[in-house]
Amino acid sequence: MSILVNKNTKLIVQGITGRDGSFHASKMKAYGTNVVGGVSPGKGGQEVDGIPVFNTVSDAVKATGADTSIIFVPAPLAADAILEASEAGVSLVISISEGVPTLDMIKVTPYLKKNGTKLIGSNCPGLITPGEALVGILPGNIFLKGGVGLMSRSGTLTYEMVHQLTTNGLGQSTCVGIGGDPVAGLYFQELLQMFQDDPETEAIVLIGEIGGDAEEQAAQYIKENVTKPVVAFIAGQSAPEGKRMGHAGAIISSGTGTAEEKIAAFEAVGVPVARRPEEIPALLIKMLKK
Amino acid sequence: MKIHEYQAKEIFSRYSIPVTREELCFTVEEVSSATQKLGLPVVVKAQVLAGGRGKAGGVKLAKSLDEATTAATAILGMDIKGYTVEKVLVAEGVRFNNEVYVGLTIDRKSKSVIFMASREGGVEIEEVAKENPDAILKFPIDPDLGMTPFLARKIAFSLFTEFSLVKQAADMFQKLYRIFMDTDASLVEINPLVITDEGNLLALDGKMNFDDNALFRQSAIEAIMEPDEDEKVELDAKSKGLTFIRLDGSIGCMVNGAGLAMATMDMIKLYGGEPANFLDIGGSSSPKKVIDAMNLILSDPKVKVVMINIFGGITRCDDVARGLVAALEQIKVEIPIVIRLAGTNSKEGLEILKQAQLPVVETMTQAAQKAITLCETISHL
Repeated sequence: MSILVNKNTKLIVQGITGRDGSFHASKMKAYGTNVVGGVSPGKGGQEVDGIPVFNTVSDAVKATGADTSIIFVPAPLAADAILEASEAGVSLVISISEGVPTLDMIKVTPYLKKNGTKLIGSNCPGLITPGEALVGILPGNIFLKGGVGLMSRSGTLTYEMVHQLTTNGLGQSTCVGIGGDPVAGLYFQELLQMFQDDPETEAIVLIGEIGGDAEEQAAQYIKENVTKPVVAFIAGQSAPEGKRMGHAGAIISSGTGTAEEKIAAFEAVGVPVARRPEEIPALLIKMLKK
Repeated sequence: MKIHEYQAKEIFSRYSIPVTREELCFTVEEVSSATQKLGLPVVVKAQVLAGGRGKAGGVKLAKSLDEATTAATAILGMDIKGYTVEKVLVAEGVRFNNEVYVGLTIDRKSKSVIFMASREGGVEIEEVAKENPDAILKFPIDPDLGMTPFLARKIAFSLFTEFSLVKQAADMFQKLYRIFMDTDASLVEINPLVITDEGNLLALDGKMNFDDNALFRQSAIEAIMEPDEDEKVELDAKSKGLTFIRLDGSIGCMVNGAGLAMATMDMIKLYGGEPANFLDIGGSSSPKKVIDAMNLILSDPKVKVVMINIFGGITRCDDVARGLVAALEQIKVEIPIVIRLAGTNSKEGLEILKQAQLPVVETMTQAAQKAITLCETISHL
């Protein structure tokens, strides 16, 4: 078990003929992900690294039975690509595109809800179930199969954390990059529930950052619903107010969304917060022994 | 991205939302003639892209021409939170008997635009939010339905009892929503929205922020933005594929990834140092990017040490190391550098750096500690 993706996942790549799309389609395929097709309007009938290309997501789904789609299209086109995947009946959509307007994400939300489509991102590195499926731009080689479920608003910081886990022998069930935008798809609460319900996941790592109050809500949710050990890390303790720290959603505004508030919220419900990424493995091991 | 009050009110006017009669002035003379044109009393207001201008003395009521020019003399050139006031708005002084707050913003949790309304207008809404959060009513707006007439009325009834005001307000709230959507705003605010003695609604102030990610389709907004000195540097960095934010410390940072860049700054702070900047160079190993990044860091004379923290993922550490070596051969860096490299092929990468006589460490903690020690040593020289 794991969450969201596994060896049965049938993946299509929207934007497969672009630079990033073709590069990562090959990487995902090489990792062992079942990449069944790609989509690029006007390029149907071609192949990318042996993967058949279709004109529309509908065509791709009909021909391949795909259930998951990953999107590598320019940000102005991302919302339409997400809607197209949902309309075609794909149940999980991962939007990698960075720089998608917030109102575009707001406008797609009700349609996805109506169709029961799950979305991860935009502006995210994707997700991985080690040894089974890599759906994203994450470097597959740093992951190790195991029992830690990880969710994060960041990309390279996730790799850093995973590197710490793997080098300390702590494998991962599934690692999900939820993305750095203010309005995004699946978030902490939904993923906490999935990891709680996943028999393979023994402990959870949550990596948050400044901006918004999703961490505070997650803390409350953990208190009420999560029995597995959770440890957290919050990036941005030294961030100044009013500046977007690289991610569109990482901003302290009018004194709210600070790292201090988030750390306090987790510690108040018994979730230890690492002050340095290097502390995560030891904290996890301590929690698992309890 | 922010715009000035006068610019926000120009947009409001275009959607026929009533705003005060007013004129933008750059000199005391202009203030004098605007005052004569508008008639007394007037309010002279600093136009700066910083909050809290009222508290800083940047807003003054003038009941005579003398008072208006005195106010203009005091406000023009004033420093408000690091911004020099270069222009003021002279607005008609209005008699009113009630003031409220209305605003639209993005709600992350409900993934929708929300309308905020409060009877406690005229004060900073952030303070109301802290001290009396129940005084702010929040109405999520269904993205498919938009601001329906019934919702606009419901919000209006939460603020006003008199039906003539409710009708005016409901019409205005629908327009505000249209402005929000049409301009890809992230915040639209009228504070205060007043009822004049004549019984009309009037926007006394206006505030708008915009979604940076949508500027590609908002050329009219992009055209009126006035980046400050820091933002100019940030925009220039962005054009080179770098995300850069200047801070006050002495340890320059170069990191791949926004989250890791934040964590690196945090680490420096944790051990008692001060980061000089946030800098995300993204995920490539191109020497050009490293050179651009290094030049950006070194343009700050406060920087005494540079800490490079790279996690090699898809871009392997050996490629990153070759890029760093190539870049550092091309530009002369006269201050100490600490490099931390980890991830895919880190052994090979570290070997390349060692052969090039570059100082490397293996963990973030070591890198931060070493950078701080070097920084302190230099400061004591």
